[in-house]
Amino acid sequence: MEPSLPETREHDPLTSILPPEQMAAVAAALDAFAAEPGALLEVLHAVQQRLGHVPPAAVAVVARALNLSRAEVHGVLTFYPDFRQTPPGRHVVRLCRAEACQAVGARALEAHARRALGVDFHGTTTDGSVTLEAAYCLGNCACGPSLLIDETLHARVSPSRFDALMRQARGGEA
Amino acid sequence: MSRAPRTFYLPAEATARALGADAVAQALLAESARRGEPVELVRTGSRGLFWLEPLLEVQTPAGRMAYGPVQAADVPALFDAGLGQGAGTEHALALGPVAELPALRHQQRLTFARCGEIDPLDLRAYAATGGWRGLDAALGLAPEAMVEAVTASGLRGRGGAAFPAGIKWRTCLQTAAPQKYVVCNADEGDSGTFADRLLIEGDPFALIEGMIIAGLAVGATQGYVYLRSEYPQAHRTFAQALRAAHEAGVLGDSVRGSGKAFDITLRRGAGSYICGEETSLLDSLEGKRGQVRFKPPLPAISGLFGAPTVINNVLTLAAVPHILADGATHYAGFGMGRSRGTIALQLAGNVKRGGLYEVAFGVSLREVIEDWGGGTASGRPVRAVQVGGPLGAYLRADQLDVPVDYEALAAMQAMLGHGGIVVFDDTVDMGEQARFAMAFCAHESCGKCTPCRIGSTRGVEVIDRIRAGDQPQHNIALLRDLCDTMVEGSLCALGGMAPFPVRSALDLFPEDFAAAPRRAA
Repeated sequence: MEPSLPETREHDPLTSILPPEQMAAVAAALDAFAAEPGALLEVLHAVQQRLGHVPPAAVAVVARALNLSRAEVHGVLTFYPDFRQTPPGRHVVRLCRAEACQAVGARALEAHARRALGVDFHGTTTDGSVTLEAAYCLGNCACGPSLLIDETLHARVSPSRFDALMRQARGGEA
Repeated sequence: MSRAPRTFYLPAEATARALGADAVAQALLAESARRGEPVELVRTGSRGLFWLEPLLEVQTPAGRMAYGPVQAADVPALFDAGLGQGAGTEHALALGPVAELPALRHQQRLTFARCGEIDPLDLRAYAATGGWRGLDAALGLAPEAMVEAVTASGLRGRGGAAFPAGIKWRTCLQTAAPQKYVVCNADEGDSGTFADRLLIEGDPFALIEGMIIAGLAVGATQGYVYLRSEYPQAHRTFAQALRAAHEAGVLGDSVRGSGKAFDITLRRGAGSYICGEETSLLDSLEGKRGQVRFKPPLPAISGLFGAPTVINNVLTLAAVPHILADGATHYAGFGMGRSRGTIALQLAGNVKRGGLYEVAFGVSLREVIEDWGGGTASGRPVRAVQVGGPLGAYLRADQLDVPVDYEALAAMQAMLGHGGIVVFDDTVDMGEQARFAMAFCAHESCGKCTPCRIGSTRGVEVIDRIRAGDQPQHNIALLRDLCDTMVEGSLCALGGMAPFPVRSALDLFPEDFAAAPRRAA
């Protein structure tokens, strides 16, 4: 299906900087949600779901399609912790840093995770396999420490279990 | 001779799955096939007894029998003991009849009655367990009568602010407008809380039913559910429930053939805690940065897209079908003082038997933590308990005789909030917890008002100076002054309440702010 972007012209400087694959993802997100009132978050989620991130060059395209200023879209993109403007690693690990997990060792797990992966929060391992993110509650508060690997929740994660999960995530893709 | 299949129930809820429920399900099906003992496996929500998850239930003529916590490796032995034939009650994991489990017998389950009982997406099971009774009753009532029922029940907002739901609804009903909205706040961001998630994963139709009733009551035809992105499984389940409700004619142009329209759109948050504040949530739903709005105008008068909007928490809306089905008096019959009905307490952190306890208001925190929760998981003494999420005060172990009641907790500068109770043992460093409260506020501040945006960052710095031994007396006075400024001057509860855990830590655990010995030990 042809991407049905409004006012897209052949030599449009706004759209021509986006590679075709990224343009298609943005167009699909707009097709799905642009008609809904207040749909900017859903559009950005959909773009990120397809591409892993929201390329900065997509901001102008989304802005024009939703009749917003680029500043408004940029403001939303940078306000919400979920959205990222650079590609993540192949797996995104979201480690819970909130109180219920702190009460059962999350601070130690956090220190271990940073050391074991050699990155700080928002960082990606040098082999590109894992991006470490913080979460402030995953709703698994009676069985912490908790983490999400992509969309899968893990409970009672000790440092050694963390290592095993990481071996699985990083090795399982080789 | 082939036997009739026996029915097994096993949760497919996120915590149960994180504890191995899917592997147990596979093992059950494989073992039953291998032995030629046919079973029908129903994946349910969770009852919230997390220390028993994965909790397997087997239908027998004497009712459902419980086994837990079951791991995949336990399955062959359970079959050896006769599980597939309704026996196996002697097995080490056997817990007896589900209905007799002590953790359930002490509860008054109204909102969570169906969680763990049925396949959450099975419309027939929903109807067979009393589903749509509240909606059908509402369809025979005038809007005023529905609002009156909610008012008379004494239901107060379960999200944390505890505002009477009936008053919100009445304001919205009385505001004339061509378009109104019902918004469900499912941005359950408080640490120590998971009740909204359990309800959405375990009984999504109850939320749908409650939202439709709210729409009929105030004259809204469109609802939104704002669900946090940290709950991917709840998102999938609720999206499926919406599709099923549409296909069944519950949602759409004619709700259950009544000729009245109501529809629900599911939206996702994006990792921002402040969007659980109702006016930030509305801005976020409008596709904007989640910034707090000034009140007035109240959302009930000018809310989503400027239209009159009822915005309630998941549990508030999910309590509504019960109130309409069984009457306001029945619901108000539970509880104490001005806290009527039941409250979903969520016992979390360092606790032996953590999970969901739905009880009438009035039980004491000590009973919940010590008797039901069994004390700490580590076996060490309880030192501190945080009630009501990251903005809730810390309590000391000697203060736990307070009853669970909005007013009783407020009287001791604490709050019940969304019902989360986080237990810490004696290894906790309360100076570190106070610092975290300020750091969390700095991280999550929407930036609109200065006391919250700047005060929280300064708060972290001052706590660091105190703990480094830099003019501690002076800096403690400064920290208290800063807390006062944030409480008095912030626009919403984030900046206005983040000082509560800080002050309580300072007041109750001053030794943890000293520069060296204790922390160095």
